[in-house]
Formats: sequence, C-alpha cells, structure tokens
Amino acid sequence: MDTRTLLPLAASAALAGLVLAAGACSTGEAPAASRGAPERLADTGLYADAAAGTLAPGVRAFTPQYPLWSDGAAKRRWVYLPEGAAIDASDPEAWLFPVGTKFWKEFSFGRRVETRYMERAADGAWLFATYVWPAEGGEAVRAPDAGLRGACATELGPRHDVPSVQDCRACHEGRPSRVLGFGALQLSAERDPLAPHAEPAKEGDLDLAELLAAGRLQGSPETILAAARPVEARSARERAVLGTLHANCGGCHNASGPLSSLGLELEYRRGELAPALRTALGVTSRFQPGGKTGALRIAPGDADASVLAQRMGSRFGPLQMPPLGTHAVDQTALELVRQWIQTDLAPAVAVASER
Amino acid sequence: MKKTDLIVIGVLVAGAVAYAFSPATEEARVARGRYIVSSFGCVDCHSPWQMGPNGPEPDAARYLSGHPASLVMPDAPAAAGPWITSVAASMTAWNGPWGTSFTANLTPDDETGLGKWSEQDFIDTLRNGRHLGRGRELLPPMPFPAIRNMNDEDLASIFAYLQSIPAISNRVPTPRPPGGAQ
Repeated sequence: MDTRTLLPLAASAALAGLVLAAGACSTGEAPAASRGAPERLADTGLYADAAAGTLAPGVRAFTPQYPLWSDGAAKRRWVYLPEGAAIDASDPEAWLFPVGTKFWKEFSFGRRVETRYMERAADGAWLFATYVWPAEGGEAVRAPDAGLRGACATELGPRHDVPSVQDCRACHEGRPSRVLGFGALQLSAERDPLAPHAEPAKEGDLDLAELLAAGRLQGSPETILAAARPVEARSARERAVLGTLHANCGGCHNASGPLSSLGLELEYRRGELAPALRTALGVTSRFQPGGKTGALRIAPGDADASVLAQRMGSRFGPLQMPPLGTHAVDQTALELVRQWIQTDLAPAVAVASER
Repeated sequence: MKKTDLIVIGVLVAGAVAYAFSPATEEARVARGRYIVSSFGCVDCHSPWQMGPNGPEPDAARYLSGHPASLVMPDAPAAAGPWITSVAASMTAWNGPWGTSFTANLTPDDETGLGKWSEQDFIDTLRNGRHLGRGRELLPPMPFPAIRNMNDEDLASIFAYLQSIPAISNRVPTPRPPGGAQ
C-alpha cells in the first residue's frame, strides 16, 4: 500500500486521536440548569441554623419505602412545600408540584459527601444543583455543573461520583413528574418488608396520611389511597421485585417518558397486569449482549439468560443498569430479582401471565 | 390605492416575512444535514471501509450502516506501551481502555437503525452523550464532546438527512468490555 492510499486512513486516525483527546478532557457546554441556585447549601432554605443542622420551618423529612440504590450511601431526604400550596395528584402515579417546591437528598459514605437539591422555579422549570461537603469539615458549596468524578471512597470499592447537572436531568426528566421517590406508593404506610435496603419510616416523617389530612394533595383521595396500597403481586417476593424495579428503573422505563418507544415499562401502575410483566416477561430484548440474538428481557425460569438480570449485574458502562448513579452492583436487589426469575417465574406461570 | 389592495399587499408582506423567518424547509434541512455529515467525518467511521481501485474507501452499499454484523471481530491485540488504541481495517471497530466499540447503524432501519427514533431522541443522544439522552454512555471514538456544541437546528438537519438515506438492516454488535469482564 503506498502513501497515497494510506492518507484517508491516516486522516481518519488523526481525527479519532483528536476525538479521543476531546473526549478525555472536554467539559463541553453543560446546560445551565443550576443557574440561579445559591452557591451555598445554607442559602437554599434547608436550614434555620446551618451550623447546628436545624431544619427551617416547613422543611420535612420523608422516607420512601423503595429506596434508590446508590452504592450503599446512607441518605436523608427533605421536602418543602410552599405555605398553602398543594400537589396536583390527579394522576396518582405522577404528582405535579407547585412552584416553590424544594427537595434535598443528603448522601453519606461514612461522612456527609453531598446534598442534592431541586427546586421548582417561578417559570415552572426545575432547577438542579448539588452541594459538596468538604472532607475536612465546613459548609457545603455548590459543585461544578459538570459534577465531580471520584469525589469520595465507598465501602464497596468504586469511588462515588457527584453527578453533573446533566446526569440529574437524565434521571429526573424521564417521566412527567420530575420528582422521584415521593408519591403515593413510596409514602405509603403499608411498607414492604422485603424491599431491599429499606429504612423504616422515622418519627416525624411526612407521609401520605398527613399530606391528605392537611389538604396538600389535589385529586380523589380514594384514587390516591388505592395507589398507595401494596403492589399487586402473586408472592411477597414478586411484590418486592416490582416495587424495586419501579423505584430504580421506572423513572426512565415507563410508558409516558422519552424512552417509551423502547416498550419496556418497569414503572408500577395499579389496576392492570404489572407493566413489568407485560413488557418484559418473554419479550425479546432490543439490546443483545455479547453478540447474542433472541435473548429475552426476562427468560422465565432462567435468570442467567435474562437480559434484565445481566444488566443489573454488570458495571461495564454500555451494559450496566441503571446506566448512571452507581458503580457497584446492588447484590441484594440482584439476588431478589434472580430468585424471582429462577423460582417464581416457572414457565407455566409465565404462560398464564401472558394470556 | 384601494383598501383591498392594501390588504393584499399586507398579506403578501406578512407571508414573505413569515417565510424568511420560518424554520428551514425539510429539503433545506436534508441538504444541510448532508453537508455536515459529509464534512464532519461521520462517514469515516459509520460506513465500513473496503479496498477499492483507488485504495481504501467507504463501502457505498453499506453507507452509514455501522459495523457489519457479518464481520465478526476476533479479540483486539493487547495494548503495548503508549499504543493504547487499535482499529479494524473497516474503521468500524475500535479497541482501547474503554473496551471494544462498534460504530452504530445510522440508517432509518426500524429494527437495527434510527428508524424509530424521534428528532428529539437524536438531539438528546448527541447533546448528552448517552443513548437516547439518558441511557448508556456513547463510547470513543464518537466525537460527541464536539458535536454536542452544535445548535439544535444543525443536529435536526443531520437527523433529517439520516432519515432520508436508504435503510439498511444491520444489527451492530454491542460493545465488549475491556479484558472481557462484565
């Protein structure tokens, strides 16, 4: 091959080299979704006395029954609803929050590492920001919009990333309601005893009953309470699986968000055959790991062959699920799902479900 | 001038102004998309290369259809010293510290390409560097850190052009992890 024939390849390789360099270093133009967020957590309205950690009036803690896996982080969550305002809960699965609503979630790995913040601004858009707690102590300040990779060590090995604003949006803009983990099922008093990593509701937590009693939910109370009932399932294990998938996967994999074209619905909705069963059980996966063809999202009775379990059990970037927010497999949830596929979903059960 | 004449002129002027400031027509979008795709190097990786009479060149019959499913790649050679990246002669399979990546099928085939994608899916993917804007990360050598800086109109034009080219059924393999670990 002479030099002339090598030129196109050389040019392409050079381009690729530039591209690789750009990929490694460029921060690009991050969307300015944190614009307007205060520089200090203390100025977001969370605390009455930031140094003492005293919450501001109207800020309430809550504890969802199916938590999101975050590589073993200990979490605390708070919400502020503007005085006199109510949540539009006419769709009990997709609450819409009044302007001025604020949420905070604190992540700890042996020490406080970050507190994430979202606020519904006057124009109706949601603002996202996260505040990093210095390892040496002191107040939390806003992280760069691009996030912080490897911000702290975790017990499970991989280091924890403080998310970019874009990462916040990738998860929170996957369904009509931008808030995850704060809805009828998550705030229900009828807690699932098998929910992985669940924490019991704490004294003073804001829950569904209080929201209803205080008139903070607009919509039919009967419908809201029905949505808060335990997940309809054929076994206790299936209840926990469907609830876990709802909390960890349903934010993106649902029928109403940008990924609805995938036809995979892991968001739980009462009153129909669980969408996870309808759209995954015996259904061919669009993503075929390892050059396979015909692999099923859930292969009844065969966890190893089920793409859903394979992706939950991987932390190789293009394969892993969820695709962001975690670097360590949730072994508890994975084992729960694998047992469900292997044991509960015997082929006879699957056939009955598909009818 | 009669009142009706004034109305007619007004309507014509308003129409001209509206046309001048309206979004590009579909035809103009496709043309701009073709221009960007051909000048930004998309073809270099998303069409498999083959040896032709003038040396290596993209296979026109597989234009922008990504790494051929029929081209099953052996494991990539081990990296040595500063040589951390290797690339197949087809230019559609790349190996490096991220594992092995295969270039995507950009044709409008419903099952294996972008046929079911919306314009917003495409923009979100390139803007965020994630599949459909919120899924798995795009891998090197995809230059999304540069492409993400394009404006929406340019990204929409690329999408319009890609939707106008012939659909080719070609299921590109999924990426391989580095060292075979899952």
